[in-house]
Amino acid sequence: MFLYILRRLPQTILVIFGVTLVTFIALQIGGDPTYLFISDRASPEEIEATRIKLGFDKPLYIQYFNYVIKLLQLDFGNSLYFGQSAMTIILETLPATLELTIFSMFIAIFGSIPFGIFAAVYRGTWIDGTLMAIAMLGQSIPSFWLGIMCILYISLNVDWLPISGHVPFLMPLFEGNFIEAFKNLPITLTYLILPGFAVAFYSVARNARLIRSSMLEVLSQDYVRTAKSKGLTNYVVIMRHAMRNAWLPVVTIIGLEFGFMISGVVVVEVIFAWPGLGRTIFDAIANRDIPLVQAAVVVISVFVIIINLITDLVYAKLDPRIKL
Amino acid sequence: MNKSQSSSDEIITNGSVSSSSSFLKLLTALVKNKWALISVVWLFFIIFVAIFASELSPLDPNKNHIMERVSPPLTLDKKGDMKYLIGSDALGRDGLSRLIYGAQVSLLVGFTAVFIGGLIGTLLGILAGYYGRLTDDIIMRLADIQLAFPFILLAILFLVVLGEGLINLILVLGVGQWVTYARIARAQTISQKEKEYVEAAKALGVSNFNIMFGSILPNIFAPLIVIASFNVASVILAEAALSFLGLGVPPQIPTWGAMLAESRDHIFAKRWWLPFFPGMAILITVLAFNIVGDWLRDYLDPRLKEIE
Repeated sequence: MFLYILRRLPQTILVIFGVTLVTFIALQIGGDPTYLFISDRASPEEIEATRIKLGFDKPLYIQYFNYVIKLLQLDFGNSLYFGQSAMTIILETLPATLELTIFSMFIAIFGSIPFGIFAAVYRGTWIDGTLMAIAMLGQSIPSFWLGIMCILYISLNVDWLPISGHVPFLMPLFEGNFIEAFKNLPITLTYLILPGFAVAFYSVARNARLIRSSMLEVLSQDYVRTAKSKGLTNYVVIMRHAMRNAWLPVVTIIGLEFGFMISGVVVVEVIFAWPGLGRTIFDAIANRDIPLVQAAVVVISVFVIIINLITDLVYAKLDPRIKL
Repeated sequence: MNKSQSSSDEIITNGSVSSSSSFLKLLTALVKNKWALISVVWLFFIIFVAIFASELSPLDPNKNHIMERVSPPLTLDKKGDMKYLIGSDALGRDGLSRLIYGAQVSLLVGFTAVFIGGLIGTLLGILAGYYGRLTDDIIMRLADIQLAFPFILLAILFLVVLGEGLINLILVLGVGQWVTYARIARAQTISQKEKEYVEAAKALGVSNFNIMFGSILPNIFAPLIVIASFNVASVILAEAALSFLGLGVPPQIPTWGAMLAESRDHIFAKRWWLPFFPGMAILITVLAFNIVGDWLRDYLDPRLKEIE
């Protein structure tokens, strides 16, 4: 295990280095980045002063070096709009985004399993046909449109679920206030259902197709036939024998899923007025608040990279075929 | 030309040797698959609409009719003729005309971005697969770095800096797609590299460039086309998402994503037609590309069919 980590770690560091380089280049690509940090009406003196203050007068490699040093200190500069540290704003909004992302992942994983199994078991029947048609549809719906439609038809018309709003769960949990966190949990969940569904629907559809085909493959294996000829019921054969092996390809994509989910969350948050990073990024775009956008991109990317590393390690631990 | 030479020629260029008869086979297979056929028809229809938008749209998509703001669908004019078939928006602009013009941006961005991404990705993938070693390492590490980013965030950062605009949008979305093609092209090239026709070409002294792009490329084209079809679908979705966030093309150009963004303020007033129609346009078009992609994959790669 230790050796595997040792082998995997340089790769991760290289990728994180790439993230810093790309986010650095992004700011330089439109010409002198000073203009991104000041208003259009700034005088030449002000422009010059800002350029020196932010270090854009120095050679590029020194600028990059300074940028990385600041990143290591978790210093992303100040938000142009709010005036306070961009990192503080991100830390305040990150828990809400994580709640939605994790909840969506739950739906994506546990919603797709029965979906895929049913389709595989009833292969070729109308059940399979309908489920796969839904899956195809799910992969074609823009998540934010699904969100809008949910609000229109579920919240406004039949009033089953709250339209928008957020009751924090992770924030009090991080602050050590467990009682409040768990007291909030039931309400938190009702607010999570609609946005979570909108984000996860695409992944449910994709995973269902994946589970179906990997299930079909497993169902044609000899040991499944043996289990059936022993007289075991379909349910037992599927749950105890087939499922165990059909799982593996699904586990592989869970790590990738996280990064994917976050992209969906960013857009869907805007519709449900979810007070997370996506909402922050959306406002930052409107205000052209570059440091805040940059900080959000770096933080989320590094987060995704670390999650990927952890899933890889867990997977390596689970699957004996991967040499450690 | 003796017989063995002509057959080896045929192997080298088997991608294009009987293009007219394989096209006919493709058509026959298409007609047999109801959903794929409907999808193809829809895609041709939407391309037609996009090209002839100025002739087809009933009204000027940017003309405000302040007195007729947010008219519901099927609103008639004074003479009793249909004026707003699918309603008008907050400025009284005709929904149908904007929807028709919106097809232009979605398709243009979808096709060109996929073309750019496909071109870069295929080129790099073949290079990586053919030369291996350091070339391969560098290209694939670049791919790893790009895959580490949630793509939409990277696009947001670049577009905020570069500013809105069609060209920027296409470039950012296009460059974002190369990894998929590179990985497929690389894997395919590695397996093709060992085949006899490549060895034969090498023995004949054909240059590396000609082997890669004259011999190998036609043989790995099929899976790339399949990927491209799915990819147009996801680029259209990404474009809609970016437009929705206010990072698409300038506001005077109507797009489906921007129409959805504008509809956001009207959800609570239950003006359902504002989000409904552009969303349906995106959904049906993306669905069509996905169905065609699925069908193409089954058609071009029968091995996958056996598993399903």
